[in-house]
Amino acid sequence: MNIAIKLLSPFEKIGNFVIYTVNELGSIVIYMWDMILSIAAYFVNLENLIDQMIFIGMDSFYVVGLTGLFTGMVLSLQAYYAAKIVGVTYMIGPTVALSMLRELGPVLTALMITARCGSSMASEIGTMKVTEQIDALEVMAVDPYYFLSVPRVIAAMIMLPVMAVLCSLIGIIGGYIVYVYFLGLNHVTYIDKIYQYIKLSDIYNGLLKAVFFGAILSIISTYKGFQTSGGAKGVGKFTTQAVVLSSVYILFADYILTSILF
Amino acid sequence: MIILDKLSKSFNGIKVLDDLNIKFEDKKITVVIGRSGGGKSVMLKHIIGLMQPDSGRVLINGLDINLLNKKELNEVRKKFGMVFQDGALLDSLNVFENVAFPLRRHLKISENEIKEKVFSVLEDVGLEGHDKKMPSEISGGMRKRVGVARALILNPEIMLFDEPTTGLDPIMSDVINNLIISMHDKFNFTGIIISHDIAGAYKTGDIIAMLYEGKIIEYGQAEDFKNSVNPIVKQFVSGSMEGPISI
Repeated sequence: MNIAIKLLSPFEKIGNFVIYTVNELGSIVIYMWDMILSIAAYFVNLENLIDQMIFIGMDSFYVVGLTGLFTGMVLSLQAYYAAKIVGVTYMIGPTVALSMLRELGPVLTALMITARCGSSMASEIGTMKVTEQIDALEVMAVDPYYFLSVPRVIAAMIMLPVMAVLCSLIGIIGGYIVYVYFLGLNHVTYIDKIYQYIKLSDIYNGLLKAVFFGAILSIISTYKGFQTSGGAKGVGKFTTQAVVLSSVYILFADYILTSILF
Repeated sequence: MIILDKLSKSFNGIKVLDDLNIKFEDKKITVVIGRSGGGKSVMLKHIIGLMQPDSGRVLINGLDINLLNKKELNEVRKKFGMVFQDGALLDSLNVFENVAFPLRRHLKISENEIKEKVFSVLEDVGLEGHDKKMPSEISGGMRKRVGVARALILNPEIMLFDEPTTGLDPIMSDVINNLIISMHDKFNFTGIIISHDIAGAYKTGDIIAMLYEGKIIEYGQAEDFKNSVNPIVKQFVSGSMEGPISI
């Protein structure tokens, strides 16, 4: 009997995992549908939307800017060691710019904003859930999805591309600083080669990625907030889940989008 | 009139409401008493549509709220005001903004009219001068009074009170009970209070009902309730450990 249970145990775990995943995905789809219905039923509250845009955008500027700056600087330095071997140091500019615009700008921005704002969205909504504030909204005939989720999701989808562009630009500037001032290479080559190798599609495909990442992080974070139960411990648990899941889905979506777009 | 008709609800196989039947009379205050964890809050959440029953109906003026779509349900909810156990104030807004919240959401009125209404209702609940305080800066009793003010601001037909005196000292409990009575006299709403505060129930309730093991086991006016021969009611009212109620 014990052997049979032990043999079945791994299958049971796999089965449970599959059921949990399907259940979770189904719940997210229903949640998204509820949000779409809310958007259709009411006008978006501009005041709320602007507050969220400031929170996700302007307030995240330093953290996103610093991330972009150091990433660009490191990229420039790392690219130098490889490019020097084959004598193509003039390609450092395009390497930094392409990496930032197509990949690192959108992804790092999304990950930093997940850490900063996604966690805040999940914990704020989660706390409201466990202290009956969400129930209070419903009782006051205010759709909580309309009031809490919709402005956050729309603001994230608008601000992520803006922040991703800024992150990429600052990264390219960081790369330039290392290229010109630390490595002592020609600044004209850096800029010239970027112009030569960067296409417009590199920029807008990067922006498109950022829109998707904004949707992913805000939908998962707000969804996890609404799922919260179990008091203060529950808020912590669901906030962690929001950040981890958002980060994993962003990286997964990055691969899918890169293979489709580029 | 609010009617709960054969309402049943289970959580993880445990029946919390079991074919529950009760009518809440218009313009009267009905107090539903019962043990902690006995399903009183669950019943209240069914009345306002925050929970859906496994079976049975919730009829508000003849309308089964579980058959309504989201928009229709929200229209019905505009007739309600609810005071939560801990106030459930929006903690990012100050007292004034909390009370003004339903007005801003549902009425297109000027800022001056909003101010006038909010200050008037804050005065009614004895909170004049506290409008700029945040929920974290006020006491439990004040939070409940802000909750009452917020619930009353749209002049609701029906007021629900979720354990309005729990966690308060006897004097503050009496303040809240008197507030409920005076607001009922002024606004003439249908009141439903769930509580395990017997003294408060006698004071505020026109009708008292007792919920036990998912059913209403006693229903009547305060005097009848005091003289009930039901041993479960007798034990609950006397607060004795000995008796038919299993602990």
